Amino acid sequence: MSYVRPKFRHPLLPTNDLGYTASDYEGSLSTLCAGCGHDSISAAIVQACFEMNIEPHKVAKLSGIGCSSKTPAYFLGQSHGFNTVHGRMPSVATGANLANRDLIYLGVSGDGDTASIGMGQFVHAVRRNLNMVYIVMNNGCYGLTKGQDSATADRGSKSKAGSVNPFESIDLCGLALELGATFVGQSFSGDKTQLIPLIKAAMNHKGFAFLNVISPCVTFNNNVGSTKSYDYVRQHMEATSTMDFVPMQTEITATYDAGTDAAITLHDGSLVHLHKLAEGWDPSNRMSAIQALQTARNDAKVLTGLIYYGATDTELHEVLNTSDRPLNSLKENELCPGKAKLEEINKGLR
Amino acid sequence: MSMINDFVVRFANVNGTGSASANYLFAKSIFRMGIPVSPKNIFPSNIQGLPTWYEVRVSEKGYLGRRDGVDICVSVNPQSLKQDVACVTPGGYFVYDNTKPLAAEFIREDITYLGIPLMATCNREYTDPRQRQLFKNVMYVGALSALLEIEFPVLEDLLAEQFAGKEKLIAPNVKALKLGVDFVQENFTYPLPMRVERRDLVGNHILTDGNSACGLGAVYAGATVVAWYPITPSTSVAEAFHDYATDLRIDEHGKTNFAIVQAEDELAAIGMVVGASWNGSRSFTATSGPGVSLMNEFLGLAYFAEVPAVLIDVQRTGPSTGMPTRTQQSDLTLAAYASHGDTKHVMLFPSTPTECFEMTADSFDLAERLQTPIMIMSDLDLGMNDHMTAPYQWDDTRTYDRGKTYSAEDLEAITRYGRYLDVDGDGIPYRTIPGVHPQKGSYVVRGSSRDEYAVYTEDSAAYKRNMDRLAKKWETAKTLVHAPQRYQEKNSQRNGVMFFGTTTDSAQEALDILKEQGYGLDALRLRAFPFNTTVAEFITSHDRVFVIEQNRDGQMRSLLTNELTVDPSKLISVLNYDGMPITAHTITDQILHHMQSAQ
Repeated sequence: MSYVRPKFRHPLLPTNDLGYTASDYEGSLSTLCAGCGHDSISAAIVQACFEMNIEPHKVAKLSGIGCSSKTPAYFLGQSHGFNTVHGRMPSVATGANLANRDLIYLGVSGDGDTASIGMGQFVHAVRRNLNMVYIVMNNGCYGLTKGQDSATADRGSKSKAGSVNPFESIDLCGLALELGATFVGQSFSGDKTQLIPLIKAAMNHKGFAFLNVISPCVTFNNNVGSTKSYDYVRQHMEATSTMDFVPMQTEITATYDAGTDAAITLHDGSLVHLHKLAEGWDPSNRMSAIQALQTARNDAKVLTGLIYYGATDTELHEVLNTSDRPLNSLKENELCPGKAKLEEINKGLR
Repeated sequence: MSMINDFVVRFANVNGTGSASANYLFAKSIFRMGIPVSPKNIFPSNIQGLPTWYEVRVSEKGYLGRRDGVDICVSVNPQSLKQDVACVTPGGYFVYDNTKPLAAEFIREDITYLGIPLMATCNREYTDPRQRQLFKNVMYVGALSALLEIEFPVLEDLLAEQFAGKEKLIAPNVKALKLGVDFVQENFTYPLPMRVERRDLVGNHILTDGNSACGLGAVYAGATVVAWYPITPSTSVAEAFHDYATDLRIDEHGKTNFAIVQAEDELAAIGMVVGASWNGSRSFTATSGPGVSLMNEFLGLAYFAEVPAVLIDVQRTGPSTGMPTRTQQSDLTLAAYASHGDTKHVMLFPSTPTECFEMTADSFDLAERLQTPIMIMSDLDLGMNDHMTAPYQWDDTRTYDRGKTYSAEDLEAITRYGRYLDVDGDGIPYRTIPGVHPQKGSYVVRGSSRDEYAVYTEDSAAYKRNMDRLAKKWETAKTLVHAPQRYQEKNSQRNGVMFFGTTTDSAQEALDILKEQGYGLDALRLRAFPFNTTVAEFITSHDRVFVIEQNRDGQMRSLLTNELTVDPSKLISVLNYDGMPITAHTITDQILHHMQSAQ
């Protein structure tokens, strides 16, 4: 069951520029386990959308199957959502996006949904540079079927039952980079100061924005020996930088240190400011990003923050040269060539 | 027996040698002379090198189904000589390239051999190796025009049309035709007993294929998102849509009023269709049986979540990879009940390219009206072969039926929107398109159980209510889909026949033959699944009903017995499943066999 949240609100709750309170961005009550990382990510999505003054009905949220894919019911209750079939969210998102380029597409998936059953669709959505945010809530296990290892479980990671994963893990950020993703970030569900600006930047990015968020499974994969537990991730996190998201309209007041700071301008003029950049890492250089990921993996570190940002690539609509107007808004007079044209076609077939 | 305007010519070619356009020129020239013609491509799953055939039936009576027996075989493929010689009916003709002599083993006493030095002549007349190859084909068309009395100016006109804009190519083509004509005139007695004579039997009909018609129908129906994965024999549906839309759907800024994605597989193709349809676009995919197998999962989702979708299934010979370039009507049970759980899907059965156009256009209205997948069950014979067919028609006052969709204003007037509420009592709820209203109308679509307000539920009563409503919607579908075609005002015979799709041409011919032999039959052509009441009535009012179809297991018969309360022993299968289009002969044989053994 989904439980509808009580509608009562404190009258003094702060509102954003649109007059919405943060609770207007919430969904129904979560049915995930208490302490699940996914709920923190849902909360970060709510906060990011509230702070960015996004109109909830301008967001379409999509997911596959699994614990992670249940979450669209738990955030943005005023947005349309599509809880699709297992591993197939990317194709549904692709079709939806083609139908209406004016909405923001927020896809939520899990590690099983993306790295196993949905691998085929995931990689093709990346290479098409579909204009969407794709968040993987990555806990290294299949929660809904009681804790089997997933394809992102690290080799050597120990399950709750004590077995050790003998298989190499799939690094989704590395894969996305290889496939030409134009925005790649990695974060931790327990680090909202990093996660919220990352989500904001991803939602303002034009093209495929990928966020792999380590999100511990409290019930099946939070034990000693697991590399996706809260304790392990906290101890092994290494941030590429700290970051702020500065929306387009905002006056820039912060000061930055030359050499260790950088600013990235998103397509709508918003800025992402990065502070305390990791040594040798350049967020606009794909090779440098791949190198940083590989190095972290080698050192048993979880690299977090913005990993790569490439501004120049064209998204799918531009590749296809589709109309600037949403295709779903076109009417008969724009779509149907009419009888006279059909007569001409007939003539050519006689 | 007169063989004027009544014979079959078979061309035996090597795949990839440019024979298709020459063979089409031959068929089209007869069509232009006002004579009904029915070409069939019998091609291998291969790009270059394997044998390929093109059969043209010429029929004064307008019979367009495939006919058994070949009266003239034009052989330009040494690989298939043995079977090509063997295919000719006694008394027929074997036209071949005698640049190299024919071995004794290929000589039959009961047919006439017409040797034409195609290769030697073209090698002499042309220097470019590719031209030598191509003009061999044109030369045999020229030879046939003399043998069969095809009007030469008709051929010249067709070449002029074909090479409009590339006029330089006309003269060498006409020259090749003349080389053929000249050789016949100098060496043979002509015309042959089987020949053509100008008639006025074609009217305003057009000659085109079902896949182009489906593509064009989708353009007219306002489809904007197309997702597909290449598979024979459906590929040319998406290609036709692309070509027509590129011509007809560019906006004032030079941008496209459509999007086509070649998906990574059929799962993704139908997923994109579901996504686009959910988001308010008209969207379709085209595939064949193996693709439908893969699409099962999404078809179940679209059925249960009530998302419109249009799928054009150009059926080929199964199971599995089967014979990818041969025809069959063998996806019926797969499509009817695609996906796990209690699912049922609407199917339409076009029998001509004209109907491919109309039914494709109608399918988008039906999909949005019923909020469910609609499958157009075409096949390779219909989709990839040219057919003489009635001209396309469009009524400019026609508007798209977008089904029950709440606008922002509608939502304003509603206290609480329920996505799955049966407001009108017909089982069809109201949907909303994402982004329609800032506060109202949003919900989460899902393949899991939910209540009338789209809220996830595992409550048995709510689940059952929903399933029962879907069953009610199925009843509504029966009143909306295309009614079957009756061939008589009133049923008057003891026995009847039912057929559908590409079986129609041969079935109609078979009915004429049977009638001549004293066996009158009432006939009904099925045009849609679910069946409406006419279908059950037709079965009930006859002692026996022959169900003619092109698969091994009598799949339509299974659907009839499964869906209707009729006596299954009344339904007798008449089947053809060798991958070749069914012939009237096959039908009459089976029906006569049954009639006579039952007497």
